[in-house]
Amino acid sequence: MRWLPEIHFERRLKPPRWLGPATPPIAVVVALAIGALVLWASGRDAVDIYQRMVRAAFTNPGAFSNTLIAATPLLLTGLAAAITFRMKVWNIGADGQLMIGAVLAAAAGTYFGGQSLAAVMTLMILAGIVGGCLWAAIAALLRVYLNTNEVLTTLMLNYIAPLILFYLIFDSTSYWRDLSSQSARVFPQAKTLAEESFWPEYGTTVVVPFGFILGAVLALALFFVVRSTRFGFRMRVSADSPAAGRYAGIRTGRLLIVVMLLSGALAGIAGASQIGDVSHRLEPKNLQLAVFGYTGIAVAALVRYHPVAIVMSAILVGALNNAGFNLQGPDLPLGLIGVNQGIILLLVAASEVTARYRLVLSRRTSRGDRAPPQGESAEASATGGATEQSDGGAT
Amino acid sequence: MTAAGAPTRDQDRHTVSARGITKAFPGVVANDGVDFNADRGEVHALLGENGSGKTTLCKILTGLYRPDAGQVLVGGQPVTFRSPADAYAAGIFMVHQHFSLVSSMTVAENVVLGWHREGRHVFNRRQVEEDVARAAERFDMHVDPRAIISRLSVGERQRVEILKALYRRARTLILDEPTSVLTPQEAEQLFVSLRRMAAEGESVVFISHKLDEVTALCDRVTVLRHGRVSGSADLRTSRVDARGLARMMVGRDIAFSRRSRVDALGDSEPALELRDVSAVEAHGTLALHDVTLSVRPGEILGVAGVSGNGQVALAEVIAGLRKRTAGEVRLQGEPLPPGDPRAASDRGLAYVPEDRIGTGLAPGLTVADNCVLKSYRQRHLGRGPFLLKSRILARTQRLLEAFNVKGTADSLVRQLSGGNAQKVLLAREISSEPQVLVVATPTRGLDVSAMESIRALLLEAAAGGAGVLLISEDLAEILDLADRIAVISRGRIQGVLDADSTDPTQVGVLMMGGSLEDAGAVAP
Repeated sequence: MRWLPEIHFERRLKPPRWLGPATPPIAVVVALAIGALVLWASGRDAVDIYQRMVRAAFTNPGAFSNTLIAATPLLLTGLAAAITFRMKVWNIGADGQLMIGAVLAAAAGTYFGGQSLAAVMTLMILAGIVGGCLWAAIAALLRVYLNTNEVLTTLMLNYIAPLILFYLIFDSTSYWRDLSSQSARVFPQAKTLAEESFWPEYGTTVVVPFGFILGAVLALALFFVVRSTRFGFRMRVSADSPAAGRYAGIRTGRLLIVVMLLSGALAGIAGASQIGDVSHRLEPKNLQLAVFGYTGIAVAALVRYHPVAIVMSAILVGALNNAGFNLQGPDLPLGLIGVNQGIILLLVAASEVTARYRLVLSRRTSRGDRAPPQGESAEASATGGATEQSDGGAT
Repeated sequence: MTAAGAPTRDQDRHTVSARGITKAFPGVVANDGVDFNADRGEVHALLGENGSGKTTLCKILTGLYRPDAGQVLVGGQPVTFRSPADAYAAGIFMVHQHFSLVSSMTVAENVVLGWHREGRHVFNRRQVEEDVARAAERFDMHVDPRAIISRLSVGERQRVEILKALYRRARTLILDEPTSVLTPQEAEQLFVSLRRMAAEGESVVFISHKLDEVTALCDRVTVLRHGRVSGSADLRTSRVDARGLARMMVGRDIAFSRRSRVDALGDSEPALELRDVSAVEAHGTLALHDVTLSVRPGEILGVAGVSGNGQVALAEVIAGLRKRTAGEVRLQGEPLPPGDPRAASDRGLAYVPEDRIGTGLAPGLTVADNCVLKSYRQRHLGRGPFLLKSRILARTQRLLEAFNVKGTADSLVRQLSGGNAQKVLLAREISSEPQVLVVATPTRGLDVSAMESIRALLLEAAAGGAGVLLISEDLAEILDLADRIAVISRGRIQGVLDADSTDPTQVGVLMMGGSLEDAGAVAP
């Protein structure tokens, strides 16, 4: 194998400033090119499929609106993941927190249906926050007081949350279940919000759901909180070095709980938005199949947990999901779309390395060839007593 | 490993040589055209400040790094090391500052671990133990081949590392600052062994920045500064003294600050007082045992000891980072709540931890952020929940200027040199005008000029009325700076000596667990 070039990574001396932000877009382009190869290899016209994807995700009438609807929960769960992952706390339980948030938000939405829209929305969002926080608090408290691994607890809680949903709608006559008609009693479904309580949408050609705007505002808020507040300072210190955090007198356990609760709150808002913006009632199967929580982790990781950039990556992933949903059919199996999505996510994630390191290829030869030995001249000074080769004249 | 070129007469004399070695890392050229020869039968010092490229050169010689340019020669023949294994095969071994021993195994087992002589694939325990014992005998390095590593002292472990290299037929032995973990007596012992090895034709490369050691032990010296060879000398034939070496190392004359002790402390109320304090390690063993100490305002109390004898626990208990299991810590006469670093700092305790970058400083944050690491809660640095960047920058600027730190407010701490990072840390801690300043190994790993400015800062803090607890493994530093010296061993204070009327031998006896009577000292 000696003919193979030797590959190694070299840390970039000074990474250019533009390189960090530019890497993810470049990676997307490269991923699309690789994806095209896959499509061609499977006998399809990649250009045509990409054009259809762009149309389905952005340019068709109503397409971009659907992309934004798909992006809304990802934006919020992306923020939920980013805030803890930056602290090296691995809350992967946004899925469960979203569901519990949706449960409480649905209850608030139906119970306070008679109130004004602003009041109902506020109460629904608050209920979503409470639900998300509750579910996150279990893992947070276990972590801080019993040192339980939050990856495991939040993961397990993700399995419990849908069971609660299913129980509320399918296995009980709970408050959430619609029992008003004969058919609803036979085919269980949840109560629907009153039409006056549906969350508003904005715009005419492109319809922006309220949840998306809320998410974008929260992303900006999160950015400024982390950057310019005392609380954000604590977060940044502890994220960089927990030992330095403790040394600086930061109550790290308390901080961890607050961050987990914030994360749960964001996921809970995503749940409330699903009820208010999209489904208008609790739909256990859809919520379980959507895996918004896990996708949110990818959304956040794509942009290295930068809250404002998460808005963009949520739109990208939302567009991919939306296009995939619309394009799948006999000529384009869903698996092939998934392959393309996977290539994009993989390349963007991997591209982070190239922003910090440079790939160096070299022939496998002796390094000594480049600079021939200098012979005996250096020898003389070493034995001739004290010599001093001044370099700089500091004496 | 590839070999090329014709053998020369150097084959007889040099064990390993470097020709024009150049190695660059991001932002720094660690080695710039370095020439170096280690000869058979000599102890060769590689002297230089931290960051001068000593360690990089040795890592190239042992196959851990590859040079960007230049050539390594073994026995006069050019070689290319792809890994440390290639260097082993060429007889070059390095004893690193952090040992690579398996602590649950015996000395003999460690010596043969990962190694077998040609044709032998069975571990003949008795044979190995005999070989190790013989080598230990020959080089005067007493260690029981059957002892378990975890029961050995640091000095003994170091001997095992050296024996490991000798057993593997090392012809060149490189030691990276070997005395930094030893008591004065242990260092003496090591020097005897190294001289004996040289006498038997081995070549020993001794990395150090301690000048007196180099002049006491070594035959030749090569001095590095800023990645270049700034001078070399044959100490057998020329009269180069420590001063001359220091000049080659630093480029100018250096005079260390020393304490001019004034006996004006009197019987003032102690600034810091520990009464019967005990603490445990994370795994439950006792780290501190009934420690009683007091530091008066304006006094520097040195805590001397071999590293790993409870110094970290002592500092952390005082700073509130570790809970004590018994006893009391008083600041200005008031008891401190245990395990509460914020309370300690609010009450006037400043702490420079041993782990500067990672505990004392957050490496991924800017210098400005680090300058307010503790004071970010102060009201005037912000408005309500918000921090005002302009005020933080103004304070940072003031600190950088006052403490002569090279670096900008928005550079990341991890981009600073070790000396500048330590200055940022000390600047922040001293500028809080503390009643008590606890500093742990404040100059370790720093170059001579940074070391000097740190020492000056500590003296200044004491002169300003702070009680300073100086925890250090560098006995010379403690003797230079401290008023009194408390010696710690296995978590106990073996005794407190008056710095004026003591000598290193007495301290050494206490460091190894002896009592004041053993040391023949009179307690102050």
